[in-house]
Amino acid sequence: MQHGKYRFIAGFLVLPLALYAVFVISPFVQSIYYSFTDWTGLSSDLRVTGLDNYRRLWHDDIFWQAVGHNVLLLLVLPLVTLGLGLFFAFMLNVGGRRRKNAAVAGVRGSSLYKVVYFFPQVLSIAIVALLFQFAYNPNSGALNSFLGAIGVDARPEWLGNPHLALWCVTAVMVWSNVGFYVVLFSAGMSSVPRDFYEAALLDGANRLQTFFRITLPLLWDTVQTGWVYMGIMALDSFAVVQIMTVGPGGPDYSTEVLSFYLYTKAFRDGQAGYATAVGVALLIVTMIFAGIVMKLGRRERLEY
Amino acid sequence: MALRTDSRPGGRSRQGTEGTVLNVFSHAVLIIWALMVTLPLLWAVMSAFKTDREIFTSPWSLPGGLHLDAWGRAWSQAHMSQYFVNSLLVVACSLTGTMLLGSMAAYVLARFDFPGNRFVYYLFVAGMSFPVILALVPLFFVMKNMQLLNTYPGLVLVYIAYSLPFTIFFLSGFFRTLPTSVAEAAVLDGASHTRTFFQVMLPMARPGLISVGIFNFLGQWNQYLLPTVLNVGDEDMKLLPQGLVALAASQGYKGDWSGLFAGLVIAMLPVLGAYIVFQRQVQAGLTAGALK
Repeated sequence: MQHGKYRFIAGFLVLPLALYAVFVISPFVQSIYYSFTDWTGLSSDLRVTGLDNYRRLWHDDIFWQAVGHNVLLLLVLPLVTLGLGLFFAFMLNVGGRRRKNAAVAGVRGSSLYKVVYFFPQVLSIAIVALLFQFAYNPNSGALNSFLGAIGVDARPEWLGNPHLALWCVTAVMVWSNVGFYVVLFSAGMSSVPRDFYEAALLDGANRLQTFFRITLPLLWDTVQTGWVYMGIMALDSFAVVQIMTVGPGGPDYSTEVLSFYLYTKAFRDGQAGYATAVGVALLIVTMIFAGIVMKLGRRERLEY
Repeated sequence: MALRTDSRPGGRSRQGTEGTVLNVFSHAVLIIWALMVTLPLLWAVMSAFKTDREIFTSPWSLPGGLHLDAWGRAWSQAHMSQYFVNSLLVVACSLTGTMLLGSMAAYVLARFDFPGNRFVYYLFVAGMSFPVILALVPLFFVMKNMQLLNTYPGLVLVYIAYSLPFTIFFLSGFFRTLPTSVAEAAVLDGASHTRTFFQVMLPMARPGLISVGIFNFLGQWNQYLLPTVLNVGDEDMKLLPQGLVALAASQGYKGDWSGLFAGLVIAMLPVLGAYIVFQRQVQAGLTAGALK
């Protein structure tokens, strides 16, 4: 029996573990090793060069520009996306006309809103990026012709303008992710017991106070998870930059991000070793970010 | 609930007007965002029916007539049909593999005590928090050395490997909540562990399998980064999102805008259609991981 049990366990684990070790763990570990070499990726020759790649990174202006853009995305993207998500979810759940004795009520058609808001979430980011590349087109794009139709004369070049390009990219990422958080937060809000709101209303709290004193604290765990998700998304943003922006990478590297820089160094410039060093830098930024979120977000867990 | 908000003086009427104002405001805000989500999508669908001239001169007007020729060009000449079939083939294989291997590993990790159980579990779970892009360069060369670069079997194996962390995390949580008595009864009746798993535990885990299956299907069907790096050989072997981006580059060059929009809509509509039919399950499946 015992013998059979271990054979069964081994039999069930061996294939998943083997796949995971070969295609996930080993590349991660190798990545760190290659970052200390001058490997081109074109041949198997490589020399261990110690910290040379990192020294080069330190003086690489484009790298620092990419870091700056990633940090900016890291600050703006979760804040705007989660903020809008919370706002819409709150409107959906308590913005309704009050019925009889219920303290709060959801708006009519709230499930229809949720269905529509979720549309971008099921589309490939490649499709979304292409769609907005056309929409941002200064001559025939949806955006500028819409501006023209409502009588605005300005015809910005959007992705062609180095000051606007990164914001255009951010807007697309917000557009495609808000719906997910509306649905997520909405599910969380509907599980908050109604009598909490009733008690607050009896005590004379207005809706703003109910939101900040009741809804938000009870949702805090979910918000924190969302913050980590959006942060990881901000640190990636490969597809939007590669597909949408001119160059790609934007005019004057204005939309260069670490993931795309890594990709060009490895697969265009034949500097695989240097590219993995960029990857390690990205890993460090990711870990610092995760650490900060965990530290700032730590609160007593509320059970209800 | 016998709660009366109007027991306070003036309570009912004040709150009544506040409620109406808020109601109007919230509908207005919600409708604006709904328009912001749907208008770009509608614009793409409309453009796919237009002539190239109409796309340039009047981007927001309705198409002058139903021009269907762009759809034909995108579907056959631009290989969208081919890309569609390719994606179906790859995702059918990778999804089956992910669900089978993921549920096997999750079951063993959730229900059996053995030395190293926690280590293996956390090894898998740690994979959820690392960006794929970090492993990309060495992964490319691992695939190349194993002769798996630019092949579907290679892509399928990589899809499975990168889907395992979330699948195992989610399903082992699910298996842990299932009652132990049923499995014990099956074993007492002489069923082997393997048989117990396939005939008793898997059917019981159906709701969890559906959620994680939808999650993995969308993740793999929409995958862009991995094929962009690992499937760069034959033009005809491209997958749907990847093929669409290639199409945009070539059609944009030729100036065939209507064909391009048709291709975009062809790639977009099946997923949107399936989502509208199964919206409840899809929303639950995609948000399941974050609610845990």
